[in-house]
Amino acid sequence: MIPELGHFALWFALGLAALLAVLPPLGAHRRRADWMALAAPLNKGLGLTVLLSYLCLTWAFVQFDFSVAYVARHSNSELPLAYRIAAVWGGHEGSLLLWALLLVGWMGALQRKAGNLPPALLARVLGVMGALSFGFLLFMLTTSNPFERLLPMPEEGADLNPLLQDPGMVLHPPMLYMGYVGFAVAFAFAIAALLAPEDDLQRWLRWARPWTAAAWASLTVGIALGSWWAYYELGWGGWWFWDPVENASFMPWLAGTALLHSMAVTEKRGAFRSWTLLLAILAFSLSLLGTFLVRSGVLSSVHAFATDPKRGLFILGFLVVVVGGSLGLFAARAARMGLGARFGLLSRETTLMGNNVMLLAACGAVLLGTLYPLALDALTGQKISVGPPYFDSVFVPLMAPVIVLMGVGPLLRWKQDEGPQLVRRLRGAALLAALVAGTFGWAVGGGQLSAAAWFGLALAGWVLACCAADLVERLWPRQGQGLIARWQALPRSVLSMQLAHAGVGVFIVGVTLVNSLQVERDVALAPGQGVEVAGFEFQLERLQRIEGPNYGGVQGLVRVSRGGEQVTELRPEKRVYRSSEMPMTEAAIDAGLLRDLYVSLGEPLAGSNAWIVRVYVKPFIDWIWMGCLLMACGGLLAWRDKRYRVAVAQSSAAKALAAPAAQALPGGAQGRAAP
Amino acid sequence: MKLKALIPLALFGLLALLLARGLQLNPREIPSPLIDKPAPTFELAALHEGKPALKRADLQGRVTLLNVWASWCTPCQQEHPLLVDFAKRQPGVQLIGLNYKDQREAASAWLRRLGDPYHAIGFDERGQIGIEFGVYGVPETFIIDRQGRIRFKHVGPLTAELMRERIEPLLTQL
Repeated sequence: MIPELGHFALWFALGLAALLAVLPPLGAHRRRADWMALAAPLNKGLGLTVLLSYLCLTWAFVQFDFSVAYVARHSNSELPLAYRIAAVWGGHEGSLLLWALLLVGWMGALQRKAGNLPPALLARVLGVMGALSFGFLLFMLTTSNPFERLLPMPEEGADLNPLLQDPGMVLHPPMLYMGYVGFAVAFAFAIAALLAPEDDLQRWLRWARPWTAAAWASLTVGIALGSWWAYYELGWGGWWFWDPVENASFMPWLAGTALLHSMAVTEKRGAFRSWTLLLAILAFSLSLLGTFLVRSGVLSSVHAFATDPKRGLFILGFLVVVVGGSLGLFAARAARMGLGARFGLLSRETTLMGNNVMLLAACGAVLLGTLYPLALDALTGQKISVGPPYFDSVFVPLMAPVIVLMGVGPLLRWKQDEGPQLVRRLRGAALLAALVAGTFGWAVGGGQLSAAAWFGLALAGWVLACCAADLVERLWPRQGQGLIARWQALPRSVLSMQLAHAGVGVFIVGVTLVNSLQVERDVALAPGQGVEVAGFEFQLERLQRIEGPNYGGVQGLVRVSRGGEQVTELRPEKRVYRSSEMPMTEAAIDAGLLRDLYVSLGEPLAGSNAWIVRVYVKPFIDWIWMGCLLMACGGLLAWRDKRYRVAVAQSSAAKALAAPAAQALPGGAQGRAAP
Repeated sequence: MKLKALIPLALFGLLALLLARGLQLNPREIPSPLIDKPAPTFELAALHEGKPALKRADLQGRVTLLNVWASWCTPCQQEHPLLVDFAKRQPGVQLIGLNYKDQREAASAWLRRLGDPYHAIGFDERGQIGIEFGVYGVPETFIIDRQGRIRFKHVGPLTAELMRERIEPLLTQL
């Protein structure tokens, strides 16, 4: 009965979503307050029914209800409880349900925080998101019903893919989807603004900005988790492979990064209006495109989900309606948005403009590399695979100028800056960057760093030095204000920006040093034998059989020492999951700030008791994920920025005077304090 | 309406057309005209220097699983444990690797890292033998019977399911 209840709840939700998509926006159009007021109860009902449906599916997993086809395919009576709960999103149908749940979750949160949002705007925004949830629910109900029964009921389930039976993988999809779906908020605000161009664009921006920051932060964490998982779970120590599915999550991230920056300019200076709208549409469209690429099976990839032509066709239709419709609306209305405030060549706007163009170009390059095999196949029937060589040689040169401008931007003033002053500020930062990067590079690499590695360190040093220079100038005591007073006056938005920028610097350090200094050795070791790698002695003490809840396997004990002193003990495993007979490598990693020690078991050598053991020393690799975390923290801080709430209250009270809204903001986020 | 504002829409239209075409193609299923035909004649240098060259005649008299791979190919890495496992369980089947458009050093390092299940490996540096076999991309896997005829072809990475349900039953028949 429970699965039928869940199924029914989905149909009910579909009806509510249809009403939400039509009635409140129509009410906004005809100025009928009673129709607009329907948005709140409809939204609440939609949220509750989808949640109910989700809980029903979870219940079916917890209760081992193998009569539900989806449960039988993705779980097994030996699967531990935590993984049974996570198995809900272990396959195609359930992950769509998670998508829908997160979407209605964002809608609920939006409504809760709506407070003084004009009712017409809220009605339109919720209407657009209602239409999106309608599309997803219809997709689920027509092509991918998670509650389909399987008769006769199988004795045993097939099991969750062992690759997914891992904490990192449990958290990766929800974070990623949270980001994808979060961009729907900015998208809905953009469509609402295009529908009613007479409305104040800057006002909706101030509303959409924290949500976009939150979505961006989730996406950052989601991508980082996926990369971290690949690093320790696939057993060969790589962290990014330019796989089509990775690219599918990276493109919305690039567009979302551009969107965040463009939003800042439009809100504070009124410039880049059409850009911001276009980017808001683009970021969400790329999320949808990513879903299409993963779900339709047009590309073969490591992540390949079950493919079904009907599903692909549906998503493509959905994509055409949503993206085509919104871009058509954009073409028709964007001209009315106006150009916004002018700015000089030497201004913060210029650097942000440059960076947005470069970020989009990088995004386009990734899109091209991802779709090129498909295009070639469609046009000539040839099948090829575009690998890391293309992406490395195209992406890095496109991003290098972004990194340089990223340091300069915050040191520039809005609207117009003066050359000599800028040179003075940049000179300090450049000196600091050279000093830090030089000392650091020499300390970790000695003379053996390559030119490319020095270049990477210089970029990272530049970003970090610019952050430091900006903070020092903002915190330097002046006019009777001490350090503490200056710190308290420091706007959160500046802090969040610097945190995210510093994250990029830390990330670059990690990427550069791990590429340049890592040592990888694959050796045959029998118990009792050892190998020396990068000054560490790795001694394979013994191999023993292990039994897990749903797998058996071999565990090695590797003692690591340096100069006779023990550093750590590592226990790499080779598991074979009983239900699927799939061999899995569980690497053992001793993580550290300066280096990771990474040991994984390869294959046993025929005719002896030795195994191929992969022994890697990876300096600074954790900085990659630390950098991502810092970026995400920046995003979260921007989301929690109280200024938005205060500012919205003020500006709606002041009823958007002709003066640029930015001047009403406390804390002078507008620019730098006058020297 | 400005013409410039239509550019994103036009670009998206092209993209949608491409995706619609892509839906009709299946990246996994490509009919091979070579099925039930004798495998093409070839002679290839071995990947490991010093080993004897790989010839068409080596395929005669034993059931062969021919796997086309390259060190730059991610899906190959994914399917590789299955081949390693297969070689251990079915030593009677000759497992031959065709190293496709690769570099000797990179390929050898790859095998050292992931294990080398192959009885012999041909080094097809420029992909010419690949063309003879109708290889579209890597990985691809062929089954060749005792008479040297191609009996089965799979494009894309092998899966545990495919090995269990198609390949191994076919091998026991041959």
